Amino acid sequence: MNKTQVVPELSSLERALINVLQHGLPVCEKPFEQVAEQVGSDEQTVISTLNQLLEQKVLTRFGPMYDAACLGGAFTLAALSVPDDKFEQVTEQVNSFEQIAHNYKRDHDYNMWFVIATESQQEIEQVVKAIEAKTGFSVLNVPKLEEFYVGLYLPV
Amino acid sequence: MSVSTSQSKELTPLERQYILLTQNGLPIVEKPYHWLAEQLDLTVEQTLAMTESFKERGIIRRIAAVPNHYKLGYQFNGMTVWDISDEHASEFGRLVGQLPFVSHCYLRPRHLPSWNYNLFAMVHGTTQDEIQKYRSQIKDLLQDVLVERSSNDANQGNTLRSNDMLTSSKILKKTGLRLKQKQ
Repeated sequence: MNKTQVVPELSSLERALINVLQHGLPVCEKPFEQVAEQVGSDEQTVISTLNQLLEQKVLTRFGPMYDAACLGGAFTLAALSVPDDKFEQVTEQVNSFEQIAHNYKRDHDYNMWFVIATESQQEIEQVVKAIEAKTGFSVLNVPKLEEFYVGLYLPV
Repeated sequence: MSVSTSQSKELTPLERQYILLTQNGLPIVEKPYHWLAEQLDLTVEQTLAMTESFKERGIIRRIAAVPNHYKLGYQFNGMTVWDISDEHASEFGRLVGQLPFVSHCYLRPRHLPSWNYNLFAMVHGTTQDEIQKYRSQIKDLLQDVLVERSSNDANQGNTLRSNDMLTSSKILKKTGLRLKQKQ
């Protein structure tokens, strides 16, 4: 997406840590000691390497991955079909709602896909109506009915 | 002193405090839970027990690192969407969710006639070919449960396809989901 982004050279330790830590850390007092054993390194090296990967933004986050639905509130995935000449304007209109968490351009008739995150189900419906009023386009609202899997694993 | 942990997904005030302290991440130090225990005014054992309870209740999916897709070379993602028969949706949704390259898999409502897809599976890859290959693998799995709609169902003469893949060309907005401080 960002064409200028360079894929950094990763050391074998960095690769091993990225792979192991995407799966998860054991819940114990000294988790990095166990991780070090798994990747054949020592605790201090693991800690400093992970902090570097965070600083370099190779890792965006480290910690508990919460099920967003458990944090309270309501969510839905929604889409709009926007003509090219209005795309920029509609992007601004949609993004101006603080309840829009993510928004992606996708190559389809429905070319704008966004997640609406609110305090309540009622508020979801209000935001959908408000987006329709503001943009003049009708919203495709596809809330999840059943979840089969959530977990990103990108081996390196 | 014992810390009461509820069995449901309801959060106690102390649990909310835990989430507020960690939703931006845990410190990468020798004993991360010691830091957390101190903040919560709990023992380390209690803090570890609370963490385990969150995991058991599905509130925490795992304690893990989130890589930047693009920095790892995963520049391509595709939202594959499928029109599969309702009676097989749960069974086959689970099977698709188990594929190693699928990161999110959900059942969602159709909106006929403009949107006939009910199963969504997100795939990631380092090349366009790679995500095309993943799409084909999902298609092989779903072959027998894909719905082929007659043109009578179609919108303004367009035939509804049984599947598609929507690749993303631009991030327009991305913010984290957060538990709010209040309540």
